[in-house]
Amino acid sequence: MSGTYLGMPAFPTAAASATRDGQLRANLTHATHTIRDKRARAVAELPDWALLREAGAAIKDRTLRHLDGYLERLEAAVTAAGGQVHWAEDAEAANRIVTDLVLATGEREVVKVKSMATQEIGLNAALERAGVRAYETDLAELIVQLGDDLPSHILVPAIHRNRTEIRDIFRERMAEWGRAAPEGLSDRPADLAEAARLHLRQKFLDAKVAVSGANFMVAETGTMVVVESEGNGRMCLTLPETLISVVGIEKVVPSWRDLEVFLQLLPRSSTAERMNPYTSMWTGTTDDDGPRAFHLVLLDNGRTDTLADTVGRQALRCIRCSACLNVCPVYERAGGHAYGSAYPGPIGAILTPQLRGVGSELDASLPYASSLCGACYEVCPVAIDIPEVLVHLRERVVEGGEVTRNGRRVRIRPARGHAAERAAMRAARWTLDHPGVLRAGQRLAGRMRGLQPRRLPGPGRAWTASRDLPPLPAEPFREWWRRTRGEQREAGR
Amino acid sequence: MSARDVVLGRVRRALADVPREETPEQVPVARSYLDSHAPADAVELLAENLADYRALVHRATAAELPGLIAGLLAAREARSVLVPVGLPESWLAAAGGVRRVPDEASATPHALDAVDSVVTGCAVAIAETGTLVLDAGPDQGRRRITLVPDHHICVVRVPEQVVESVPQGLRRLVPERPLTWISGPSATSDIELDRVEGVHGPRRLEVVLLAG
Ligand code: SF4
Repeated sequence: MSGTYLGMPAFPTAAASATRDGQLRANLTHATHTIRDKRARAVAELPDWALLREAGAAIKDRTLRHLDGYLERLEAAVTAAGGQVHWAEDAEAANRIVTDLVLATGEREVVKVKSMATQEIGLNAALERAGVRAYETDLAELIVQLGDDLPSHILVPAIHRNRTEIRDIFRERMAEWGRAAPEGLSDRPADLAEAARLHLRQKFLDAKVAVSGANFMVAETGTMVVVESEGNGRMCLTLPETLISVVGIEKVVPSWRDLEVFLQLLPRSSTAERMNPYTSMWTGTTDDDGPRAFHLVLLDNGRTDTLADTVGRQALRCIRCSACLNVCPVYERAGGHAYGSAYPGPIGAILTPQLRGVGSELDASLPYASSLCGACYEVCPVAIDIPEVLVHLRERVVEGGEVTRNGRRVRIRPARGHAAERAAMRAARWTLDHPGVLRAGQRLAGRMRGLQPRRLPGPGRAWTASRDLPPLPAEPFREWWRRTRGEQREAGR
Repeated sequence: MSARDVVLGRVRRALADVPREETPEQVPVARSYLDSHAPADAVELLAENLADYRALVHRATAAELPGLIAGLLAAREARSVLVPVGLPESWLAAAGGVRRVPDEASATPHALDAVDSVVTGCAVAIAETGTLVLDAGPDQGRRRITLVPDHHICVVRVPEQVVESVPQGLRRLVPERPLTWISGPSATSDIELDRVEGVHGPRRLEVVLLAG
């Protein structure tokens, strides 16, 4: 089985060890820069990008403000089309529902389409406990699964692995999971992909049950949409007899027409393509074409708690494109694992502490895993103001206050003085150790000088209460760093 | 209380800030984006974008089509071809030596895996994105037949099946049908972001633009 995020250390600790891993950083930097430049070109092709982005944000806001009605509508449409809808208030419930559905088929193996929701709830481990083996079929997820590893990126979960590492994983582990890697497998991407094709094809052809997520669900028609590249999605969605889709309740969109916005925003933002190679859309079941049984599991698991926060609610607009990861200077250096959840990068820094609360040290440290440079907001296709939510969550960590947990209003106490300070100081120290991160942060600090006092109340207070730290020096820190000791160190990085 | 009631109840309580009388339509959605980016020639752009995504693009008249398809199958040394029930007879008229495998619900995935090629029509093609959309119509067959064989030949009637943009494409489609959008052959960029074609879907996608 794959690893787990449970028991991860707080972000600064995890990030600090990740940044010492030169291989990881080299892989990440190469990947994020490549994709970021391509994305900019794909977006520039559409002169109405800003208008599409505005419409995307507005459609999601409309959906969220009337989510109950849309979910009821969706349920009715899916049911009318021959599907069955299940509701899960948390991860445990969702895992139980899926496990029971799988066991009821009499099967002990399932093929899986890459899905953030099932990562989030730890479905594979739950299935394994029930004696069901879940095979990941997305190439990157396969690499992660075979390597007994965790995904580090939303879109390219094995972004932290290079070709040689992947070849070694295939050579060593494929046989345990099915067809072994071919003799003398090289590290050419084409050969590696071919090895994966052969390994997985057996599974696709034999699979009776598949588990997927969905990128969109259309309330009006009951249509589910899965966007992918490799064809593993199509395999899982059409060959097996039973299909179970686990989808967060925020993935609903009101109307068929709304897809015209998201099918333009998503591919260009995520893979920087005009359109991803394959998109599958299905509405319930179709006689003699595709699965005979379709189950939709609607997942809450902290989403309604997030919805209750009028500032943080916007995180539910996210269409998981991963553009924010690729532009984030902190993600680039820390790597995806440091965020300790299925959702890394800037979106993870705001989504995870809302879905899970800020009870653990890791979750409380996530709102600090950012330099507030604002690049994530600029690229976000649904205009989520990530810096705004980060600052909001920092206040929550430090000052406490009313929040919703598991559907109940509760008052959380401020993190104790020293704890707050520790979180802030550790994050700050970590940032100071990483001049590139700080440089990006300083750009924003410069631009947002006026906003600074209002936007950074909590940690600043805890921090300066016991320390003599100037707020924003006249000489930008970056200059000072360069002048004193920065150049050398930075060049050596 | 059922899980459904729990979740819906939580949603309603979470939205206490939304005025009771507000309707969804009152949350404004400005659709001021373009309906199309208005290419000069949609068919040309479709051909260009298909090729850019490494589909192989061919052109034919109705008279040339059977010969072209026979040639494409021969070039791939295809011994068998999957045939949707409603595929026009004439399209395969010249492919004499190739065994026809009808698209049947009873065929197992393993049986499909043993077939070399598949020939289909399409429902709509979108020029701006280089996308073919199949809607399981009689000339396209079940979703799986264009997935399991390694070689897919898709015939697009131009200009009538070509639209300029995604919005225009969606308007032509029926959501209740199972839909497959195809933009180039199967591909992955999961290994150091190097693009590799043909992981699970057909490794070779050939598109015939059929005029007249
Ligand atoms: S927050 Fe925005 S940019 Fe980041 S993954 Fe979600 S939609 Fe994409």
